[in-house]
Amino acid sequence: MATLPGEALRLEAGPVLSHVAIRPARGWTGLELAELWQYRELLFFLVWRDIKVRYKQTALGAAWAILQPVFSMVVFSLFFGRLAKVPSDGVPYPVFSYCALLPWQLFAYALAESSNSVVANERLITKIYFPRLVIPIAAVLAGLVDFALAFSVLIGLMLYYGIVPTWTIATLPLFVLLAILTALAVGLWLSALNVQYRDVRYTVGFLTQIWLFLSPVAYPSSLVPERWRPLYGLNPMAGVVEGFRWALVGKTPPPGAMLVVSVMMVLLLLVGGLFYFRRMENIFADVI
Amino acid sequence: MSDLVIRCEGIAKQYRLGERESYRALRDTLADAVTAPLRRLRAALHSANRRPSNGSATIWALKDVSLEIRQGEVVGIIGRNGAGKSTLLKILSRITKPSRGSADIYGRVGSLLEVGTGFHPELTGRENVFLNGAILGMSKAEVARKFDEIVAFAELEKFIDTPVKRYSSGMYMRLAFAVAAHLDPEIMLVDEVLAVGDVQFQKKCLGKMGEVSKQGRTVLFVSHSLSSIQSLCRRGILLEEGAIVCDGAVDAAIDRYLAKQPAAEFVAQPDARKPSITRAIAECSPSGVITVEMSFCSPFPLSPPVFGATITDAGGVIVYGTNTRFEYNDGVPLSMQSGEVRLVIDGEPLRSGTYHLSLWLADHFHDYVELANVLTVEVGRGIAEPLRPPRAAIGSVGLNTRWECYSRETSADLEPRAVGVGD
Repeated sequence: MATLPGEALRLEAGPVLSHVAIRPARGWTGLELAELWQYRELLFFLVWRDIKVRYKQTALGAAWAILQPVFSMVVFSLFFGRLAKVPSDGVPYPVFSYCALLPWQLFAYALAESSNSVVANERLITKIYFPRLVIPIAAVLAGLVDFALAFSVLIGLMLYYGIVPTWTIATLPLFVLLAILTALAVGLWLSALNVQYRDVRYTVGFLTQIWLFLSPVAYPSSLVPERWRPLYGLNPMAGVVEGFRWALVGKTPPPGAMLVVSVMMVLLLLVGGLFYFRRMENIFADVI
Repeated sequence: MSDLVIRCEGIAKQYRLGERESYRALRDTLADAVTAPLRRLRAALHSANRRPSNGSATIWALKDVSLEIRQGEVVGIIGRNGAGKSTLLKILSRITKPSRGSADIYGRVGSLLEVGTGFHPELTGRENVFLNGAILGMSKAEVARKFDEIVAFAELEKFIDTPVKRYSSGMYMRLAFAVAAHLDPEIMLVDEVLAVGDVQFQKKCLGKMGEVSKQGRTVLFVSHSLSSIQSLCRRGILLEEGAIVCDGAVDAAIDRYLAKQPAAEFVAQPDARKPSITRAIAECSPSGVITVEMSFCSPFPLSPPVFGATITDAGGVIVYGTNTRFEYNDGVPLSMQSGEVRLVIDGEPLRSGTYHLSLWLADHFHDYVELANVLTVEVGRGIAEPLRPPRAAIGSVGLNTRWECYSRETSADLEPRAVGVGD
């Protein structure tokens, strides 16, 4: 290459693309994960923006992240634990439900944010190029801060009830990852659909509500007959929630076959979602 | 080894009409799915000589655009609204894909279709600089290194830790442009980004862009400001209805562009999704008062609405511009969703001739409509000015002027000569 006067100014920075080939969109395309990796700094900044704005704009700020699951836990403990006498696998009901509410809130928040993420970032999408996958991924990751804050309450709760975690707690990050991936998998489908069909937005709240009762948050999955449990695992959140309880308290039965089904379900949804999103992103800028 | 940096071959872009304006509701698609077989059946039963109705009409925003741009060229793209300028830039920036054709770009591309993309009002100036830098493709280290320079360029040292929602729109634009101006790509794609901001800052930005082009970078520049195109670019491409009609020296392209007279009245369909100017008309009274009337409507209230207009002379030079964003005007309400706007400009200083008007509609942060040179007015036609030199030589504006002469010669010096002449 010829040396330019501006050569010295050219930087190591940013995504260096020596050759860009622009071709018409042709159906299914590859995932271009290498390019996604090049844009990791943008991903970081979008996550950082979402977190920063979230805590700046709300009056209660960080308190929201704690209040939501704590209030849910209190209500669940009162109505399901105390009044309806829902069994809790021998764990104090507040701990039992809070262990489940943690991943549930992470999932519900990440799902809501990611479903709306592409439409919410319309201006970015119509004005600048970057791998569009960055948007829903950033939306999902931003939920982790709330999760970390809410987690601190659990530590207090476990101390109060004198529950000491066993070695199983080492597996917890895997379940956090699974919760995130579940939200991303579904979020990818919904965010891409939302661009074309804006009524998707209204279905997310409803979907989350139904999904909560289909997941073992307020009740243990042991209520489901043993042989049906793998089928129950088709709801990936069943595996996530039971996995959380098992990892944190260690007394509940390991999720086993149900978890295997959940993981496979998530992978299926995720890979499908990634390809579907990539296919749909060709028309984002035109339709949004 | 070739110094070709951009090559487009037969780029075409088709938009489905309606697709751009409104998204579909899922129920419509579901309803379609149910009724489509019925319709198809009915169509089949009808005579075959009827054309198959495939729902929506389409429009070609670009038709077979081929061009080659070499390293270091600074190319201006001009054309009327809807000529396909922005679509071309969007395709080259990879924001949207072409329907046909291909393009190859060799080098790191920086595209600037808008300044301040991704700015968040709740974040401080400092935070937005980093965020915007990342969005434009700069690394964190790069932004950090240039940070002081960016802030100094924007002249916002004192306010850099203030949330940008407290900035005036001028400050906002300065910061946004400062980040963009420090982008260091090999190829720069720039859409009309200088339309806002105060004149002094515009000059500074143009200066910075001129600098960029001198550094051997390739720049593709879309602008309605013919004078900035003229001063920055050597090559001009004129687009008309999605096709290149002139590609050559910038002056030739501008001449060709201006030769086509736009209408005296502008009418457009309202857009369901964004604010639009639906009608505009301009006239000039014999005394030189220019009256522009426009109607607009918007799906959401504009708070506050910002209207702008510029007057361009026949040579493409902007002689005057005004907008209610930087010139406070108590005739403009705090919030407005639709209505009529009348702008009265005392055009008396304008020398007689043909002028073009461009109109803008915006709100505090975003520009929505930009109609470049949509209206034409004849100023002072009929007033005889037989001895006036050509406008190209003396400019378009007549200001109140007074000549004062103080002779150094004494009357004694003059006397003999006068006598001599007399002899």
